Amino acid sequence: MRPQKKAFITHAHADHARAGHETVVATPQTIAIMKSRYGENCAKKFEAVSYHTPYQDGAVTISFHPAGHVLGSAQIRLEYNKEVIVVTGDYKTIPDPSCAAFEIVPCDIFVTEATFGLPVFKHPAPQTQINKLFYSLKINPQRPHLIGAYALGKAQRLIALLRDAGYNKTIYLHGAMVDLCHLYKQEGIDLGVLEKVDARGNEKKERYKGDIIIAPPSALQSSWARGFGDPVLGMASGWMHVKQRAKQRGLELPLILSDHADWNELTQTILKTGAKEIWVTHGREDALIYFCQQHGLTAKPLSIIGRSDDDDEDYLSDRDKKEPA
Amino acid sequence: MKQFAQLLERLVLTPSRNKKIDYMADYFRTSQSPDRGYVLAALCSELDIKNIKSGIIKKMVMKQCDEFLFKLSYDYVGDLAETISLMWEETDNTAKQLPTITAIIQTLNETPKTDALKMVEEWLNIATPNERWALIKLITGGLRVGVSARLAKTFLSHAFDTPLEEIEKIWHGLKPPYKNLFDWLEGAAEKPVIDPSEVFHPMMLSHPIDKNKDFIKLNPDEFSAEWKWDGIRVQLNLNGDNSKIFSRTGDDISHSFPDIIENSSGKAILDGELLVGEANEPAREGLENRFTPYSFNDLQQRLNRKTVVKKHLKELPAYIRVYDILFLDGTDLRDLPLIERQQKLSHFLTHNKNPRLDLSTTLPFKTWQELAQKREEGAHKGIEGVMIKLKTSPYIAGRPKGPWFKWKRDPLLADAILMYAQRGHGKRSSFYSDYTFGVWRGNEIVPIGKAYFGFTDAELKQIDKWVRKNTIQKFGPVREVSKDLVFEVAFDSVHKSNRHKSGLALRFPRIHRIRWDKPAQEADHIEMVEKLIE
Repeated sequence: MRPQKKAFITHAHADHARAGHETVVATPQTIAIMKSRYGENCAKKFEAVSYHTPYQDGAVTISFHPAGHVLGSAQIRLEYNKEVIVVTGDYKTIPDPSCAAFEIVPCDIFVTEATFGLPVFKHPAPQTQINKLFYSLKINPQRPHLIGAYALGKAQRLIALLRDAGYNKTIYLHGAMVDLCHLYKQEGIDLGVLEKVDARGNEKKERYKGDIIIAPPSALQSSWARGFGDPVLGMASGWMHVKQRAKQRGLELPLILSDHADWNELTQTILKTGAKEIWVTHGREDALIYFCQQHGLTAKPLSIIGRSDDDDEDYLSDRDKKEPA
Repeated sequence: MKQFAQLLERLVLTPSRNKKIDYMADYFRTSQSPDRGYVLAALCSELDIKNIKSGIIKKMVMKQCDEFLFKLSYDYVGDLAETISLMWEETDNTAKQLPTITAIIQTLNETPKTDALKMVEEWLNIATPNERWALIKLITGGLRVGVSARLAKTFLSHAFDTPLEEIEKIWHGLKPPYKNLFDWLEGAAEKPVIDPSEVFHPMMLSHPIDKNKDFIKLNPDEFSAEWKWDGIRVQLNLNGDNSKIFSRTGDDISHSFPDIIENSSGKAILDGELLVGEANEPAREGLENRFTPYSFNDLQQRLNRKTVVKKHLKELPAYIRVYDILFLDGTDLRDLPLIERQQKLSHFLTHNKNPRLDLSTTLPFKTWQELAQKREEGAHKGIEGVMIKLKTSPYIAGRPKGPWFKWKRDPLLADAILMYAQRGHGKRSSFYSDYTFGVWRGNEIVPIGKAYFGFTDAELKQIDKWVRKNTIQKFGPVREVSKDLVFEVAFDSVHKSNRHKSGLALRFPRIHRIRWDKPAQEADHIEMVEKLIE
């Protein structure tokens, strides 16, 4: 990805937002997150545009619409000469207590992600996964529960879901989570009492028994994680659908919790936008393109530089490593 | 079913062997017969549902879902049961209950194919995703939850505090759902009595010798040696019209080798190597070397066939080169020392006419150097290596450390270029772990073989990454890569083959080393590999 004169940013994940552009146009929350992660000066100039507010760039009218992915995430609508293109970035359509809800934006060309673009991916209701975590706490009351979750979005959503389900105890955080959780709180998302893990040695083994600790996925296999003694290792990710993948990572408690649309959400959304032409990117394009063609829509893959065509959880954890701790 | 599905999920997600044992022991103690008996059978791959196989379930699902989408999904997930369980359209049928495992198995065994398939469909509709996954695994076999038959029996021995050997000795005489076994384990009945002539007895296996460490510790006087033959290990159960041949895993393969069983005589259970080859002319004196073996490739033509081909009986006659005896006239000889068993074996073969048996030669040697030289000479004649056995060793089921060693000849090596990679299955799902490699023929590269092991998990990750970065074309699940990565490939032998473009087939190929450092231009040429044909 090359620095641009003017970059319109859908959301602040590292594969969509990078430092070094001249002007960044994005939602106020996305700009706040970018500044928190990359520093106040990660772009020369910032233009904050709220959801649904038109922004003129030459002959093109641009507006941002909630994508339901993470805090501040937006689909970008571009209108030129009465033709409308919508670029989703990443999105999900089911409700999320930690960000604004996805909206259908009617358009002619719809550029959709396809991270979970296979019919095997049908995310279960988030509450069932929270219950799975509660059940594990019940049968393993003496073990800390160390849950891997991506630092931006997934972690805060997991916490908000736990709070909604009535979990009132302190939730402990890996250092990499602290700043973003603080930022979410400032933005008015209720995350309850959070505390950074600071115990060491024997105290670390004793203090967190039966508690929930949230850490970036890459930290699960680190010496930091081993310091908890015999933790239950879990991960909140859409990839947890596939048991053999959970096994490969040595996870005992896979939680299927994704910030991306599943197969049903993707296919329903495509039909609801009314678009006649679909460009598919980010993941398993083949199946989604096939679906579109079956429904009489024009569809083609759009390869985007900087994305692996086989976007895996390992990619996510690599991304975590690049983040400041 | 719920309990079974939960058990399978726990087993697949728990890396620790001890935790697996706890979960299983817990399951066997608390669940009921006959369900648990069928679960034990499934874990040991002993469950065989004749009417429903994975192929027809796959067809049914493809009709239901969409063939194209199913194939993409299956390629991605790498496990049939999991693909189906995840793809299956949910219907709101939660009010209905799945039948018990026993009822499911009995229904499927008693119902004709098309109706049975309808039942499966109905159950898939009622089940939760996890139950669907467990159900398909149960029906199609091959659980892939990281539990071997041996480990399953270990669970049983833990759960009921009974020595594993005791269970192993009678195991092959038992049938699912193992009511008499569980009754005995729970103290409700006597130990089941097994007629030894009817069943397979687990074989005694050897360890590869570590020539740098083992020989200094071993006294050559205490060992006897013989050639390691390149056939398949079998157990021959001689018992008149009821004679049987079992493979090393206990499969009954008698039907494929009538030429051995017909005209046999005596009552004994023998251990030996099944080979194909012609009787020597003129006939040799004594019991040894009555036949000359053909290659393993020739033998392969007679394996895994449903019916016996007449032409094969004539052109590729089979025989067994015998090296041990387990039972004689119903008496268990397994606790006798090897040399006494060998004497009894000679005696048996001398006094019972068995035209398709001969005796494996014992190699005399005084020092390990002398044996090393014999092995070397054998390698030049195409012999796979030597077996080294403690003269006093009893016949112990399993792979005990110490009494028996195999000393294979050194592998053949070639530097080949990675051409295609395919995603693996099971625990390697998502990794590109199956590799096709080739060597130069003039200016083109021709494939000579395929391998999917020989590397460490860490190396697999590196190669996987390399494959993804260097893909030039995709054909479904297969990726063609740029011809830049050299593997040092090890293999046991090379044969002519018209199945492959190169005209060659490697036996037992594996990745020996990854030559990150070696340019593809310096990989081997086909002429070099052709020279290795025996």
